[in-house]
Parts: sequence; structure tokens; C-alpha cells
Amino acid sequence: MLADARIVLREQFLKADVGITGANFLIAETGQTVIVTNEGNGDLTQLLPRVHIALAGIEKVVPTLEDTMTIMRVLARSATGQEMSSYTTFSAGGRRKGDLDGPEAFHVVLLDNGRSKLLGSPTEDILRCIRCGCCLNACPVYGKIGGHAYGSTYSGPVGAVLTPSLAGLSEAHHLPNASSLCGRCEEVCPMRIPIPKMLRHFREEEVASGMAPASARRGIALWAWFASRPGLYRTMTSLTTGVLSLFGRKRGRFSSLPMAGAWTATRDLASPQGKSFQSQWARRSKS
Amino acid sequence: MSEARDAIFTRVRGGIPRSDDAAARRAVAERLAGHTRGLQPQRIAIDQEALVDLFAENAQAVDATVSFINSAGDLPDAIADYLRSRNMPAQAAIAPHPDLDGIDWSASTMEVHRRAPKADDRIGINRCFAAVAETGTLVMASGPDSPATMNFLPETHIAVVAASEIIGSYEDMWDRLRSANRGSGEALPRTVNMITGTSRTGDIEQTLQTGVHGPKALHIVVVKEG
Ligand code: SF4
Repeated sequence: MLADARIVLREQFLKADVGITGANFLIAETGQTVIVTNEGNGDLTQLLPRVHIALAGIEKVVPTLEDTMTIMRVLARSATGQEMSSYTTFSAGGRRKGDLDGPEAFHVVLLDNGRSKLLGSPTEDILRCIRCGCCLNACPVYGKIGGHAYGSTYSGPVGAVLTPSLAGLSEAHHLPNASSLCGRCEEVCPMRIPIPKMLRHFREEEVASGMAPASARRGIALWAWFASRPGLYRTMTSLTTGVLSLFGRKRGRFSSLPMAGAWTATRDLASPQGKSFQSQWARRSKS
Repeated sequence: MSEARDAIFTRVRGGIPRSDDAAARRAVAERLAGHTRGLQPQRIAIDQEALVDLFAENAQAVDATVSFINSAGDLPDAIADYLRSRNMPAQAAIAPHPDLDGIDWSASTMEVHRRAPKADDRIGINRCFAAVAETGTLVMASGPDSPATMNFLPETHIAVVAASEIIGSYEDMWDRLRSANRGSGEALPRTVNMITGTSRTGDIEQTLQTGVHGPKALHIVVVKEG
């Protein structure tokens, strides 16, 4: 597969008139664009065609070369555990006098697309993200549901903040809810981005702006009512787990359940094994 | 286009609290002029000889092979030996670099073509600007004597570096590049390639495979003198 990809894509690289790359960083001090790859695909794309166009979001701007190197030291380590990716390339223009290769023209397109609006907003810290993906690897939710479930380019914790930030909360208000707020993303993030804080911000905004579906809001209100009455809460949960485990005993799971249709439409719900944690705890600490 | 640009700048200015006073401007100017570094790794606080060893160790850890020769004159035989051990033809594209031009290739079995690489060249030889011990990284600076495609097109990349060009950190490298380019009219080379090991990917079923689009093999020859 790899050998085929190499042969087929190599031909494309050699034939192309224009090569379009992204950029991991843009350096304000020197005007260089930086791409980081392990494959070398970005380099063939920018070296072989006549024109190189680099397209990058404005948040990729880093003040100086020295600042960039500080970030480089954490990028690969956080992304793949390598000390450094195979290829890090700094480009500062088109072919110069006497050069034997390289693009004749070099063009950088700076993309805003909602980024400047985040400045000064509660989620502006996400603009620091270097897309290392470390928070994805640390996230228990991402680990279970995988990347496609997030429905946009960026998945995992960073996606749950970035997608509603850029596309608008109304487009993706379910994403900030897909989190247990365990905080591992923030703990591992090399850029120290407070992701859980931003997820909570979006949840508050979702409720405040009335985006959360009425059924969900009623459900949570009901839950809160029970949760603030521990005795009643315990009675209700042990009753529910008892009933569910009784009905689910044979198969060990449910493929349809009243009021949980949205869940069981795409996956089974495991049936509880009988006793709640609280009741087991009480029983074991007695004996 | 400039309309978009103005709108973006207006939003950026509105979003970032700015202090326009002289002290802030001076701080920025000083930071730029002084090339202020971030935290430097502890592992490079060693002498030059140890740096050379550290470089070789780190480069080998990312699947590069490293050999040492005593003088540039030994290069043709060293490269011919390497290629023979890999069962590869003694034929290569070579960068038109003065240091490589000065070598008598005719005495060895090597057949070298002094030009930018073509798509079907299997082996490419070029000259490094420097090598960074911190992570075993080669630094290639593009120019008339160093076509950047040499780093990517041939399946086997052979890079030549002098032991004295092995430095500790990435920031040391930028200092060197800046002073090497002083007076040339260009602050920095068009392309600077930092190369750490061979081309690889984990994209296909998450298993590590090498030689994706760039070289399958990277061989580094360290010249001890000059
Ligand atoms: S949020 Fe942090 S950990 Fe996640 S991709 Fe961005 S920089 Fe990496």
C-alpha cells in the first residue's frame, strides 16, 4: 500500500503546477512559514510545483524564531512521542538567483474565518492550540467514540471547543456536553489550554440561550431535584437498577428502552448488574 | 482582499488589549534584537566532543546511519562502501557544493552527477549547513550549491557534515545561519530543512512505516577534520 502510494503520489507531485500546503507556524519576525511532517509530503508539495501557496489561520503567527523553537520542542513529543518530527521546513519565499529548484512563486494566504472574533472572548485560549492531538489521546470519551462522531475536522477535546468557537455554538452545542470534565486534556496540553473551563462556558451559554432541548433541561432539573435529596435519590436509583437488571438479566443489555431511544438507536445499553455502588458499599462496610 | 485585511486587523486590535507606550515598544525591539531564547535543554550542556557523540546517538535512534571519516578526501570510499553494503549502485546525484567539488571522485568507484536530483535518481549526496545534537537533526540551507529537492527526491539521502558544524540546540543553529547570511542581502536562506531521521508514517493502520514520500534511508557522514 505504501509503495503504491509513493509511486502514484510522486507522479502527481512532479506533474502539478501549484502546490498548496498549510502551515504549522508563521513567524512574524522573519516572514517564514513552517510545516512539520513525518512523511515529506508537504515538502514535495512545496518544492516541485511552480507555485507554492501556503494557507494558514492567523492564530498560527508566532513572534520569533526562538519562540517557534520552544514550541517545536513540545510539538512532536506531545503528538507522537517523537523528539522531533522527521521534517521541519522553514520557507521564506520563491526561488532565488542561482537556485536549481524550488517554486518560482510563493504566496501565503492568511485565513481568519472566525478566529479574530475569539480574541477577548472566553474561549480565546484555544487560539494557542498547536494541533498536537495530545488531548485526544488523553480523553476517555474520544477513546470510546472515536473521531468521526465529532462531525468536523477537529475532534476530541480540542474539537469540542474549536468547532463551536468557529462555527457557532448553535452548530455544535452537543459537543461541549460530550465530556466528563475529568480534566485530563488540560493536564496533558503542552500549551496549557484550559479546555474544561471552556466546555463549561459553552454549557452555560447553551442553557442561557435556550439552545438545550427542553426535554434535556427538564430531565436535568428533575435529576437535580432528586440529587439534592440523597435518601430519595438512593431509593429511586436502587429501584431503577433493580428493575433494569431484572429485565436485562437474560441478554445483559438492552437494544431498546423507553425514554432512551436516542441512545439505543445506535448502540445497546448495558444492563446494570443489580446493586448500586452505594448499596454495595454500605453492605460491604457492614460485614 | 485589503478590505478583509482591514476588517481582520480591526478585530484583532479590538480583541487584544494594547499598550502603545514607548516602554512596550522598546521591550519588543529588545526582544527581537537580542534573539531571546526559551528554556534550553540540559542535555546539551556538554563539550564539543560529547556533542558529536550525542548527535550520532540521537540520529541513530531515529533510524539514520552514521559513519565517521578523518578527512573529506575519504568521502568517496566511505560512500562507496556504504552503498556496497546496501547492495546499491555506486551512482549518485551530488549537490554542486564547493566542498564536494574539491574532492577527487574519479579515484573511487563512485559515479557522481553534479546537479539537482531527477525523479529517478536513487541516491543523493549533499552538504549540511549544521547538525543539532539535541535531537540528531540535520540542517540544510537551500541555495545554488544546495538544491532542497536533494533532501527529498532520492530514496537514499547521504548527508555530509563536519564535526565542527555539530552544535547543541536549534537556537545555536539560527545564530549561525544569521551570521553566515550577514551581508548576503538575504537575512535567511529561502528554505531551511530540519531533518530528523527518515520519512515515516503511522497513517496506515497505525503501524510505523518508513520511506513514505521522502527518503527510505538516511546516511550521515561526519568529517572529523575541516
Ligand atoms: S488543545 Fe492542547 S493538547 Fe489539544 S491539540 Fe491543542 S495544543 Fe494539543
